[in-house]
Amino acid sequence: MTPGEYIKNIVNGVKSLLTGMKLTGYYFMHPKEIITEQYPETRPVLSERFRGEVVMSHDEKNEHRCTGCTACELACPNGTIKIITKFETSPEGKKKKALDTFIYHLELCTMCNLCIVACPTDAIKMAQNFEHSVYDRNQLTKVLNKPGSKLMEGVE
Amino acid sequence: MIEEIARTEQGDMVINLGPQHPATHGVLHLVITLNGETIKKVEPHLGYIHRSIEKMCECLSYRQFIYVTSRMDYLSSHINNHGSALCVEKGMQIEVPSRAKVIRVIMDELTRIASHELWWGAMAMDTGAFTPFFYAFRERETITDIMEETCGARLTMNYIVPGGVMADLHPDFQKKVKEFIKLFRAKTDEYNELVTGNVIFQNRMKGVGVLSKEDAISYGCTGPSARGSGVSCDIRKLYPYEVYDQVKFEEVIENGCDSFARYLVRIREMYQSIGIIEQLIDNIPEGDFQAKTKAVLKLPKGEFYSRVETARGELGVYIVSEGATTPYRIKFRSPGFSNLSALDHMARGSKIGDLVAMMGTLDLVIPDIDR
Repeated sequence: MTPGEYIKNIVNGVKSLLTGMKLTGYYFMHPKEIITEQYPETRPVLSERFRGEVVMSHDEKNEHRCTGCTACELACPNGTIKIITKFETSPEGKKKKALDTFIYHLELCTMCNLCIVACPTDAIKMAQNFEHSVYDRNQLTKVLNKPGSKLMEGVE
Repeated sequence: MIEEIARTEQGDMVINLGPQHPATHGVLHLVITLNGETIKKVEPHLGYIHRSIEKMCECLSYRQFIYVTSRMDYLSSHINNHGSALCVEKGMQIEVPSRAKVIRVIMDELTRIASHELWWGAMAMDTGAFTPFFYAFRERETITDIMEETCGARLTMNYIVPGGVMADLHPDFQKKVKEFIKLFRAKTDEYNELVTGNVIFQNRMKGVGVLSKEDAISYGCTGPSARGSGVSCDIRKLYPYEVYDQVKFEEVIENGCDSFARYLVRIREMYQSIGIIEQLIDNIPEGDFQAKTKAVLKLPKGEFYSRVETARGELGVYIVSEGATTPYRIKFRSPGFSNLSALDHMARGSKIGDLVAMMGTLDLVIPDIDR
């Protein structure tokens, strides 16, 4: 390497470093262009399709739309959902299968959305809650139908 | 000189890199035999994140197993789902609606850009520059936001079902993607300014980790790692699937054979992906997003194979069916495994300090290698 090349190398090196530093300097002088989200203070805006956890929607009369058909249980790849059914006797004396307990294991759920797609009556949906940490693992096993709730009129 | 080193037995040192090492991007364990600072042999040890995904898939139905494939190469999870769904569709002979095809391709390319963005940040970090990581994640965040809005998840989307996609596009999708294209074009020049043109970076990449064209073929390398050695292996070009034969794009090939060539391939590929999205975003055909399929999918008896181009190379999905609701045998040909096998050849004779940079240019994702 001749002395000329050596100096040229140094000049080129400094030049390329300065090009990079120009960008760093630009962001240093323009703090408004930095997009850091102060997470626990500012809540993230999540779209309505975001998959946080499976919930069962209830209306104001405490009625749900789940018939206990176990389509979601069969669609689930991980055995996240367990449905326990019971037999209800209607006023006309007919015996009918109805939902007793809808058990949802959040710790096994991978949020693949296959149960929601499989549900024929739109009884379950995805909620946008994403902070699931609890102190005890048992708290992650949830019963989705509220106590005392029953099937909505007209849902077959 | 390499042969000379290989003969010396005295003074060899064996060191372990990983499995818990930040530079290996996962739980890769490398046993490196050194002579001084010169690498004599690199021996990858696998199995630290083996989850037996192939066996898991064999226990699940053809609708259910697709979500598991997101967990292989989690950075191009959407493309993995795509490959698996293509194989099921091939077996069932399902005709996918044209709207679903276009949506799948746009999502594929967005995933590819997101993956290359992350690689770029990690690559710069491997060579000692920390700030580019944050710049890369800033743009990647825009893509994950778009994904979240339409698919419902940010990384493991599970948006593809056999016969189409799970849900229609979000009404804001086209607007958001166009905003992203504009942002991407403005910001990627910053990448070149910050890293590509940097003299220190170029000195660390040029002439390092040389993998000749012949070696790349014989080791079975695919994707950008092989295209940096001048091998034409883009599945999108050679065996077009979905609408790739209708869009104009260039197969990026560099003939440098070194780390810098592989780096340039990925940078240029991002621009090609943007070009594909630009061509398709205004031409999404109207119609169904999902074909009508049977409630229970049963593949006919036989063997089915499909291949897609993920961000790392060729992903092959091979299904053997006995006519039941679950596959009899399923095999994934993952790109990372073959690319990793070339590392030993590349690293022999070079210095230990260059090893991490070489691994970076191979773009290894360990769950993809182990499955």
